[in-house]
Amino acid sequence: MKNAVIQVENLTKRFGDFTAVDNISFEVEKGEIFGFLGANGAGKTTAMRMLCGLSNPTSGGGTVAGFDISQQSEEVKKHIGYMSQKFALYEDLKVWENMRLYAGIYGVPRKKISEIIDKMLVSLDFESEKNTLVKELPLGWKQKLAFSVSIIHRPEIVFLDEPTGGVDPASRRQFWELIYKAASDGITVFVTTHYMDEAEYCNRVSIMVDGRIDALDTPTNLKRQFEAVSMDEVFTKLARGAKRGDN
Amino acid sequence: MLRYLLEKEFKQFLRNSFLPKMVIALPFVALAVFPLIANMDVKNISLAVVDNDLSQISRQMQEKIVSSGNFHISGYFDNTEAAMKSIEQGSSDILLEIPQKFQQSLLRENLGNVMISANTVNVMKGGLGSAYLTNIIADFNGDLITKQLPETANAKPAIEVRPLFRFNPNLNYRAFMIPALVAMMLILICGFLPTLNIVSEKEKGTIEQMNVTTVNKHTLIISKLIPYWVAGFVVTTLGMLSAFLFYGMLPRGSILLIYLFAMVFILCISGFGLIVSNHANNIQQAIFIMFFFVVTMIYLSGLFTPFRNMPEWMQLIGNASPLKYFIQSLRMIYLKGATFMDMQRLFYSLCALTLFFNSWAILSYRKKS
Repeated sequence: MKNAVIQVENLTKRFGDFTAVDNISFEVEKGEIFGFLGANGAGKTTAMRMLCGLSNPTSGGGTVAGFDISQQSEEVKKHIGYMSQKFALYEDLKVWENMRLYAGIYGVPRKKISEIIDKMLVSLDFESEKNTLVKELPLGWKQKLAFSVSIIHRPEIVFLDEPTGGVDPASRRQFWELIYKAASDGITVFVTTHYMDEAEYCNRVSIMVDGRIDALDTPTNLKRQFEAVSMDEVFTKLARGAKRGDN
Repeated sequence: MLRYLLEKEFKQFLRNSFLPKMVIALPFVALAVFPLIANMDVKNISLAVVDNDLSQISRQMQEKIVSSGNFHISGYFDNTEAAMKSIEQGSSDILLEIPQKFQQSLLRENLGNVMISANTVNVMKGGLGSAYLTNIIADFNGDLITKQLPETANAKPAIEVRPLFRFNPNLNYRAFMIPALVAMMLILICGFLPTLNIVSEKEKGTIEQMNVTTVNKHTLIISKLIPYWVAGFVVTTLGMLSAFLFYGMLPRGSILLIYLFAMVFILCISGFGLIVSNHANNIQQAIFIMFFFVVTMIYLSGLFTPFRNMPEWMQLIGNASPLKYFIQSLRMIYLKGATFMDMQRLFYSLCALTLFFNSWAILSYRKKS
């Protein structure tokens, strides 16, 4: 039984003569937690931005939630949530105000908005911070808030771009609990990371090297294929061939 | 959707520690101070006098000059060179030299010559100053004829020019500048703030989260325009209020008409700011681009110099400056008491520009890169 919510074929993005994303193809099934791994500069964010309708592919294409990413990007946006690598909520608004803003933009009925906000605050254990300005929150909390806001309209798919960058292991763990909860509610999760322990939490992972997808399977199969004990080792073996890096 | 976006924009604006205060303070400060500085009335002209005659008439003439209020005598000099030196040193603006036997020749031969030399480094002061002085002397001449030589007065009919200054009878430069200052404040607040708005969301990255939603471009642009529109009303009101408080100036025409023009002008200039904001990649770029265009708009608008003094091809470009229409209409309402019918063309031109800029602002907003 195949039920792909993301289908990508020969997706390519070039900036001048630099090929950021090089002819990648893959599918993500409904309800999956799909890990999108790769070193810095491998092209993860660029690929994700194309899937979210924030950037046009140079060639190739795909569908997200059944809509074409180049032709129907506004339709795509109705069905997805997105959390960017850089914290992108309004720091000069309060916690509940950010929630209200995005619920309102996504067309949640006015009467239901405050109900949703309250529920969300309870599930995040955030009630005491309802009226806190977002800029006063610690990073780990900001990330949890950003995630909750990105799924405030119950999208089919949520795209998370390095959602746990820069926080301690305990916060990362809490964050992954939120991801599991969303997945159990039926939201497909597409997540990039370069923490290899997080890769183990995914149903399937793809590993990008220099704009291409060099491996795609379940963590267990990948470890077997590369004769490695951990995802960390798999990644190191693959990334050794990379020509791009931070510099 | 608009409702939530507006809530957000207003909260952000009001929560800013600086912007609301600026909207209130700027019109007051600007109107209290700028008219005193930007003043082209020629007063306090320093006059160097070389009186070689020392007669009754030459003294009366000097008294007449000083009593006009525009001149004060910076010194009496024995010869032309000394007086010239005082002009070179900058302590005098104009030299008045009365020759020997001035009174004698005036009474006997009906002819007297005086010399005026003006320093025209400052064109305004030199030119206007010598014109004032010529007028006063001509006036004095008239007095002399009627008083001392009544018979010649009858014999020599002269054409007398008595100008009637309409709309600004005292030729008060302030009355000309204040409406323009209100327009300047609107540009500063309602033009520059929107310029910074979108581009600063780009820098912070918050625009990304917005672009991934289903928000449509025109709703977003409208939500950015309305807060500055409201701020513009406050600025216009405070501007008119301080023009009255500080200078007793009230518009001769209808206040509602001023609001009507201001309403369109604010939208126009905010839309222009948003265009710049859309095209710029960072705040620095945005400010520089906007500054360039605002300075160009001001010079092309006829704010400081008459619009029709520009070469014709320049006037054509000047027609694209919304400031031109707004300043003209404000001056017409304030000084002439113009009605809507008098200013129809100005109004529709301004509306056309507003429509053009705001459509461009919507089209140039990119949800995708």
